[in-house]
Amino acid sequence: MAGGEEAGKLQLLGAWMSPFVIRVKVALQIKGLSYEYIEEDLQRKSDLLLRSNPVHKKVPVLIHDGRPVCESLVVLEYVDEAWPKTGPPLLPADPYDRATARFWATYVNNTFFQSWRALFRSTTAEQRAEAFKNVVPQVETLERAFKECSKGKDFFGGDEVGIVDLALGSFLVWIRVVDELAGTNLLDGEKFPGLAAWAERFLAVDAVAEVMPEAGKIMEHYKWFLAKLAAPAGSS
Amino acid sequence: MAAGDDLKLLGAWPSPFVVRVKLALSFKGLSFENVEEDLGNKSELLVSSNPVHKKVPVLLHNGKPICESMVIVQYIDEAFTGTGPSLLSSDPHERAIARFWAAYVDDKLVTSWVQSFRGKTEEDKSEGTKQMFAALQTLEGALRECSKGEGYFGGESVGLVDVSLGGLLSWLNATEEMSGTKIFDPVKTPLLAAWAERFSELDGAKLALPDKDRMVEFIQKRQAQAAAAAAASQK
Repeated sequence: MAGGEEAGKLQLLGAWMSPFVIRVKVALQIKGLSYEYIEEDLQRKSDLLLRSNPVHKKVPVLIHDGRPVCESLVVLEYVDEAWPKTGPPLLPADPYDRATARFWATYVNNTFFQSWRALFRSTTAEQRAEAFKNVVPQVETLERAFKECSKGKDFFGGDEVGIVDLALGSFLVWIRVVDELAGTNLLDGEKFPGLAAWAERFLAVDAVAEVMPEAGKIMEHYKWFLAKLAAPAGSS
Repeated sequence: MAAGDDLKLLGAWPSPFVVRVKLALSFKGLSFENVEEDLGNKSELLVSSNPVHKKVPVLLHNGKPICESMVIVQYIDEAFTGTGPSLLSSDPHERAIARFWAAYVDDKLVTSWVQSFRGKTEEDKSEGTKQMFAALQTLEGALRECSKGEGYFGGESVGLVDVSLGGLLSWLNATEEMSGTKIFDPVKTPLLAAWAERFSELDGAKLALPDKDRMVEFIQKRQAQAAAAAAASQK
């Protein structure tokens, strides 16, 4: 955990492989906030997690001075607003730019992720081909979004990593792992040069490199997950 | 409103997502030009303003488009901070709680209610209805927590969650009338039932919410169209 800023008591309930948790870890790293990280076993959720997020019972949950904040994008905005003078802002200052950032963060969560999830959950070659075909149009849209948001700079957030970078970037290692297993190449550098270059830059950011799990570990976890999915009734 | 603030709303009167934006504009006391879209024949302006989703609502502020109802509502609050009441508290934790519940309305209530209407099988539909009532029960608890004894999710005055849920009111009231089952049941969800009545009486709500009878007529027509389409595709 990064040392530094006195933040009041901060705890993060998470699971190491979750992109949604990775978003928050990177944000806290960028802000230089120290916190206690609690790894949850999602098969056996702690009382603290169930009490802190009774509605969804999911990670991440950020607990600040005993008060929980849930839903990763809500947590990111909270971190930006609770520590306005600490580290670079995660959202722009201008209301129109903020609306644009929120639009694309929502798109990543509701449109892109729902679509990519089908690829992630595919257990046969036919399912993979169909799912891949369905997610490509969204990557095309995100390529255009990158051009629009970055305005020639390095990130969706401009010079610095912002909420849209965190929303999409948190999936990058997972995207590569699924690609490796499926034999696909979603962020193809020839088709999507903007996104492909952005992905390399994002993964090289210190705060990201310090937090992002290794592809090998994600692959191991992914194979376990797929085996469970393909198993007969009894697992969920 | 500052001179030169041109607000245009591309919408469709039955859409709960459009109603949310109208509610926010009304509560803030902002005047706007209402452009009624024919969703079967979308205008060039709509398609070019929302190329990603091609959906309503779209708010154009001095010609610049903002899309997605809750993104628009937050934009209205932030771009017009000096005008009318704030829809969000200034306290970061309260803001986070409001955003959480506004997202819950979309993720759980809207989704389940749509399933109860458009589910492919009777089983699908009744599962949707069950989940909808479970979501309402959860929102009853949210209202208790957020209102702190006052009348709204926003406390003394309306906030983000009131707008998010309020947008759905006409649809939910029409559904109640058509099904004969109370959605805001004063026995099961007393706080929500009282909130629904209180909210509907607000001047800003009266301006924005479609008339219930008009809503019932619209839904019945849509259902008849869907039934005819299903029958035709089975021939």
